[in-house]
Amino acid sequence: MFTELNSILNTSPDSFTQGEFILVSDRQSDASFLIHHFLSFYLRARCKVCFLGLAQSFCHYGAVSQRLGVSLTQAKEKGQLVFFEGLKECLSVLLPKENNAESGAMNFLRDPPVGLRSLYEFVRSSMIGSGSMEEGAEQWGPNVLLVDDLSVLLSLGVDVGAVLDFSHYCRALVCSQMQGNMVMLVRCNKEEDDDDDGDEGSEVLLKGLIHQCNLNLHVQGLPTGYCKDIHGQVCD
Amino acid sequence: MAAPMNSVGKTSADRLQANCTSFQKKTRSKLISIPGTRPSVQNGQLLVSTGVTSLDYLLGGGLAVGTVLLIEEDRFDSYSRMILKYFLAEGVVCRHELFVATAQDNPDEILQELPAPILDDVAVPKPVEQPRPTGEPQDSLDAMTIAWRYQNLPKVQSALASSSRFGHYYDVSKTMEAEIRQAAKCHCFYLPDHITPSSAAHSARVESYSALLKSLQEVIHREGFDLATPMSKSRNILRVGLHSLGSALWGDDLCCHDKPRHSHALTTFLYGLRALLRSSLSVAVVTLPSHLIQDRALMGNITRLCDNAIALESFKGSERETNPLYKDYHGLLFVRQVPHLNCLARQLPDHKDLAFKLKRKQFTIEKLQWIILGFQQKVMQNSQVEGKNICVSFSFYHQNL
Repeated sequence: MFTELNSILNTSPDSFTQGEFILVSDRQSDASFLIHHFLSFYLRARCKVCFLGLAQSFCHYGAVSQRLGVSLTQAKEKGQLVFFEGLKECLSVLLPKENNAESGAMNFLRDPPVGLRSLYEFVRSSMIGSGSMEEGAEQWGPNVLLVDDLSVLLSLGVDVGAVLDFSHYCRALVCSQMQGNMVMLVRCNKEEDDDDDGDEGSEVLLKGLIHQCNLNLHVQGLPTGYCKDIHGQVCD
Repeated sequence: MAAPMNSVGKTSADRLQANCTSFQKKTRSKLISIPGTRPSVQNGQLLVSTGVTSLDYLLGGGLAVGTVLLIEEDRFDSYSRMILKYFLAEGVVCRHELFVATAQDNPDEILQELPAPILDDVAVPKPVEQPRPTGEPQDSLDAMTIAWRYQNLPKVQSALASSSRFGHYYDVSKTMEAEIRQAAKCHCFYLPDHITPSSAAHSARVESYSALLKSLQEVIHREGFDLATPMSKSRNILRVGLHSLGSALWGDDLCCHDKPRHSHALTTFLYGLRALLRSSLSVAVVTLPSHLIQDRALMGNITRLCDNAIALESFKGSERETNPLYKDYHGLLFVRQVPHLNCLARQLPDHKDLAFKLKRKQFTIEKLQWIILGFQQKVMQNSQVEGKNICVSFSFYHQNL
């Protein structure tokens, strides 16, 4: 959790606006550090977090979060964190075995036109499932959904429209229905003024998500060029 | 990170010392030291050498186990193939296992072209010596009286078995001797053996990538590189070399069309490859003919799905070959991406203008630095020019520091 960012955004683990969709985007840079920030932020705020970690393994997120002062393994054991490890699940779809029980959330890998319905069902079941709790289980705060990152879905062949539908459904569920928060990361490749129409997909996705979100944190390189010490700038 | 660790962050793996500093020596008790690897000074990750010491330096000390290095090939695939061979040769010298997959040449051809290592104490593996009889006279002769603590250490260390040096040098003018090469176990995947051309042409998806992924997973499971398998006495690293992925010979039309039909086949494969590598003790080097791919956004996606990425541009055949400014070098090297695994931000390289040179015993990567010497009123000393020509010229001089 970065305290400077918290003061700029006027939030803190004790008080933050609910029902917000925060979009983190980057252009030729890497904004995943903001995802780590929000992950540790919401875990400290004692929210129930559902994290779709599609880009990296659980160990990576765990190691970084440990340095930021939160333990993902502990949060998972206590039931505060539901972690979906995309890398692990994808192997059961890409290399199917007979007796392998797959969760079905990564079905789109087998057949991209199917869309992200099963992934949405997973998110929904992890959020709604928390409603029915046993006696003695800890009460957590509002639900939070974190996604790292949506551009991986585009790389795996999912249609832009399907991803936009997915984010819309999640927003309706998490932000409107459950008054929770949602943070999603999307990455772009090319310069904004480039006429190259190869990257239309992620540009359309970015614009669509900017339209849907409440707050957009955009990370990009310095306009003056490459600098080793300052990696880039964040604007919202 | 001077503040002491928060109690929230304590897990069973943490061993807080009495003085409660946040400095934790990362002793992963489960990892037995594997020859040819060393932990990174930055984040404690296990690193292997790529075989090229200057490339190791660029990548932050070496290639992290569980990651992929993408090499964007130069136009004639000469230097990228060379780096792949260095990588495999390093694996042979460190006694790692190799997995080589190609669609064009037979993997055995690449293996026969591996450069010869320059070892100070070259030891060709001899057959195991007969165990000496443990008779009394033997013990009394060998018993140490002063340095008795060293009694039980092995007397002679065979060179290749404990090649504790990280990164070796190779002589490219010679090929590796067959004896050294055969000491390392190698798994080959030659695409024509696995896929019949007729079946590939009619399928809706690119079958070659799934076959490759399956074969790699089988090797990982069978040979015990999986992290999930219980730790046995000795673990080893699997070095995966994938040659010219994405080319038409793999059944992919990425390099042929502007709007490829299976534009997501390669990216899906790379995602699966990342999944396999993260869950095993392996490291991969993938070469890709990126100069054939028209879609830059697709290259961006491919680069993001690999952890390390460099691009080579050789001067061969271009006008730069005869340019006196580049006379010391064979080409330019671009670092497209460095990973930031287990940490927030990546270690960016100091300089972005890098050039490489392949010498007989070393593949060096140096930075190009341009210095403007200034305006000069200079008499042209060109013998072809008659008379004196006074001209104003800018002089650019590149200096390697």
